[in-house]
Amino acid sequence: MYNTGKVIVGIIVFIIFFTIPFWLNLGKVKALPKPELPKDETKCVEDTDYMRAYHMQLLHEWRTRKIRKMQVYYMNHEGKLYIMSLQRTCMKCHTSKEKFCDRCHQVVVTHPDCWRCHIAPEEVKK
Amino acid sequence: MSIKRRDFLKIVGYGIAGSIISLGGGFIVGRGSEILAMIDKQGEKKGVKWAMAIDTRAFKSEEDFEAVIKACHQAHNVPNIPDKNREVKWIWVDTFERAFPTAETEFISEEVKRRKFLLLCNHCDNPPCVRVCPVQATFKREDGIVMQDMHRCIGCKFCMAACPYGSRNYNFYPPREYLASMNPEFPTRTLGVVEKCIFCYHRLDEGKMPYCVEASQGKMFFGNLNDPESEVRKVISENIVIVRKPELSTKPKVFYII
Repeated sequence: MYNTGKVIVGIIVFIIFFTIPFWLNLGKVKALPKPELPKDETKCVEDTDYMRAYHMQLLHEWRTRKIRKMQVYYMNHEGKLYIMSLQRTCMKCHTSKEKFCDRCHQVVVTHPDCWRCHIAPEEVKK
Repeated sequence: MSIKRRDFLKIVGYGIAGSIISLGGGFIVGRGSEILAMIDKQGEKKGVKWAMAIDTRAFKSEEDFEAVIKACHQAHNVPNIPDKNREVKWIWVDTFERAFPTAETEFISEEVKRRKFLLLCNHCDNPPCVRVCPVQATFKREDGIVMQDMHRCIGCKFCMAACPYGSRNYNFYPPREYLASMNPEFPTRTLGVVEKCIFCYHRLDEGKMPYCVEASQGKMFFGNLNDPESEVRKVISENIVIVRKPELSTKPKVFYII
């Protein structure tokens, strides 16, 4: 091979140049979503970790129970009762869809179509 | 090995104390499962069959109808679409000949013929719309309400073709653009789904009366058809009532007092 030294150096420089973003951000998470949590309420329906991981399952279950099983109330692990409703229960504390739902959903590129029918708090026309 | 009297009494004492504690604990645990069962069973309403009766004699002026329609449509975010062929309505008004086409005879009283009738989904006991839905988006609840699951509707319009009462409307236009005001407590619908009256299931489950019945101020009656003491049953037995298109044997649960 001709110009072996130059070619190898070139390849190394090329690789380093194109992987620079990985080296610069190694071990740090910068684009962490920061959803705005309600100020006057500290507890969600279930604990934060559960809600973070399984809120979609919870909402799905609420939907089935409310529409198909004629139930109104959901009891959480502490025995507290909540009305099963996105607009009347969830969004009473999480008063902004843009500052809460969208912040994470945009980062993880998830676009659930809840709000095509359900009314987000900021959309309410008087 | 012999046992001392003192030790024997101690053991018996512990035994009694332990059994009392476990009894109390068992009672609490048992109560807990009772509460859990209560939560699971909250939807089971055995023997309830909701029905409505409308006193057509009491509805005289346009305002009487207007108040009822407005109460329903505002609470449920029903869009006001000017295009008459593609409008969306849950409760509306029509003439005798259009509401009861097969009940019309030549010699029926002129006064009845001139009356206007409040029409809505009849929540049939034998609903043709439920039978045709390919995705089970519309179904009959245990208490007889014909429900719509908007999450599941694919907008195929089979139910609209099946319904003999014209109670179902397709969202040809984006409904939110035709709303003057929104009720934040209730969702809207989206483009491409079919919607209709839901007998205010969300209010019934919470122990309230439907919006139209409340707004009618005593001109409409609502209750459990299986309960002989209920208001509807009394009203139905005391007056002459007709239903829409009884010959189709869909068994409507909205009765009209003539």
